[in-house]
Amino acid sequence: MEQEKVTVTVNGLRYERLVEPRRLLCDFIRQDLGLPGTHVGCEHGVCGMCTVLVNGQTARSCLMFAVQADGASITTVEGVGTPSKMHPLQQAFWEKHGLQCGFCTPAMLVTALELLNHNPTPSRDEIREAISSNLCRCTGYQTIVDSVEHAATLMRGGV
Amino acid sequence: MKPAPFSYVRPMTVEEALFALAQQGDEAKVLAGGQSLIAMMNLRLLKPRCLVDINRVAALDYIRQDNGTLAIGALTRQSAAETSPLVLQHCPLMTEAIQYIAHRPIRNRGTVGGNLAHADPTSELPAVAVATDATFVVRSANGQRTILAADFFVGHLTTALRPDELLTEVRVPPWRPAGQGWSFMEVSPRKGDYALVGVAATLQVKDGACQAARLVYNGVAGRAQRVPEAERALVGRNADEAAFREAASIASQRVDPHSDFHATAAYRRDLVNTLTRRALAQALARCGKRSA
Ligand SMILES: Cc1cc2nc3c(=O)[nH]c(=O)nc-3n(C[C@H](O)[C@H](O)[C@H](O)COP(=O)(O)OP(=O)(O)OC[C@H]3O[C@@H](n4cnc5c(N)ncnc54)[C@H](O)[C@@H]3O)c2cc1C
Ligand code: FES
Ligand code: FES
Repeated sequence: MEQEKVTVTVNGLRYERLVEPRRLLCDFIRQDLGLPGTHVGCEHGVCGMCTVLVNGQTARSCLMFAVQADGASITTVEGVGTPSKMHPLQQAFWEKHGLQCGFCTPAMLVTALELLNHNPTPSRDEIREAISSNLCRCTGYQTIVDSVEHAATLMRGGV
Repeated sequence: MKPAPFSYVRPMTVEEALFALAQQGDEAKVLAGGQSLIAMMNLRLLKPRCLVDINRVAALDYIRQDNGTLAIGALTRQSAAETSPLVLQHCPLMTEAIQYIAHRPIRNRGTVGGNLAHADPTSELPAVAVATDATFVVRSANGQRTILAADFFVGHLTTALRPDELLTEVRVPPWRPAGQGWSFMEVSPRKGDYALVGVAATLQVKDGACQAARLVYNGVAGRAQRVPEAERALVGRNADEAAFREAASIASQRVDPHSDFHATAAYRRDLVNTLTRRALAQALARCGKRSA
């Protein structure tokens, strides 16, 4: 099978790989780069679980081919923070019970990151609008809205 | 599921893209935002032998204004059009409609041209294009032609585009804000879902009387559907609740929507009635204002 060269920067690290053109970006990230934090649900754009930042903007990694990301800079949940150095969003999801099973959490964090990068003081409605692109079968969303709201406060230096 | 294998071409210019399409014939598909195409390939509803990825054709990504005519390059992302001051100024109906398309991550990738070329009957932009008499600039290796929106949409996921043709630009004729109002309204199962029914309405009012109107619906037929009978019921009448009720009632009788597991035909018909009244009232309130 014909292979294409892809060079991407993921969470600040540069990777070079050969891929089949049909390789989806989500599978490339999870399997070829060994970063399983990005989840896969529906594979047709509906559930939002595979959301990553491509050049700072949210995108469905199940609706992009890895070859298309050649030259791009990608952020996955692994690049948001680490257990010893959590991002305020992660801190807030922890404190406000923004997760139960955790399946939707990587996508929720990345989606909230884009929102807070554009809008440091979102209203609850704006938070709802942003996370409406992702499904969560556990929390009922209220605690996720609480978490993002709290993260915004933390990021402005509040408690 | 995963897509079937295909060969991949990544042109940098329109000419290279047209050349690739001419060579590949109907084995090839244009890949724009991929937000419909890749989903269908993942489901193996489509198995193109070759993808011509136009995402690096920077010359197709622009929003310009030329003597009041709004020109949008096919590769313009939906999110870029959504936030464009030029689009808001020259086609506020489009700005309003784009907010009903899916969610931000999908609008970040999905393109204006891809949305129109995909021609989903529930999609918002085809209704806007028909309501504004937009024209489509289409190119192939053999030359260029221009297609009126009303002729572009043929039926369910079907357009007048030939396999070797590339949609390059959408042109929206000059908007006359004086006395002109607009409204896009829609009902969907959840915010961001494909529409059950949507309406693109424009209204021209002078001294309290309707001079012209456009009523175009998504979700009620195989393509965006204009209802001229309902428009005619408005022209010459006072722009008021009674006239809007009559037009809405005519529109709901003229459309012939389908039933599916989201809604019955009767419910869709009822939505046409209600949305038409509300949209005309909002269009009237906006007459003479530039943007909401
Ligand atoms: C979860 C989800 C929800 C959605 N909800 C909505 C919604 O509510 N309303 C709505 O309107 N859309 C919705 N969409 C679809 C979205 O708007 C797509 O972006 C759009 O339909 C296709 O645009 P694209 O740029 O992604 O095109 P692609 O998916 O790349 O292409 C679509 C088709 O158009 C052809 N094509 C693309 N560009 C050109 C061109 N320049 N010339 C010739 N042919 C071309 C392709 O070959 C293909 O056949 C949704 C998508 C998802 C995944
Ligand atoms: S896996 Fe990508 S949106 Fe569901
Ligand atoms: S926490 Fe389980 S899906 Fe959201």
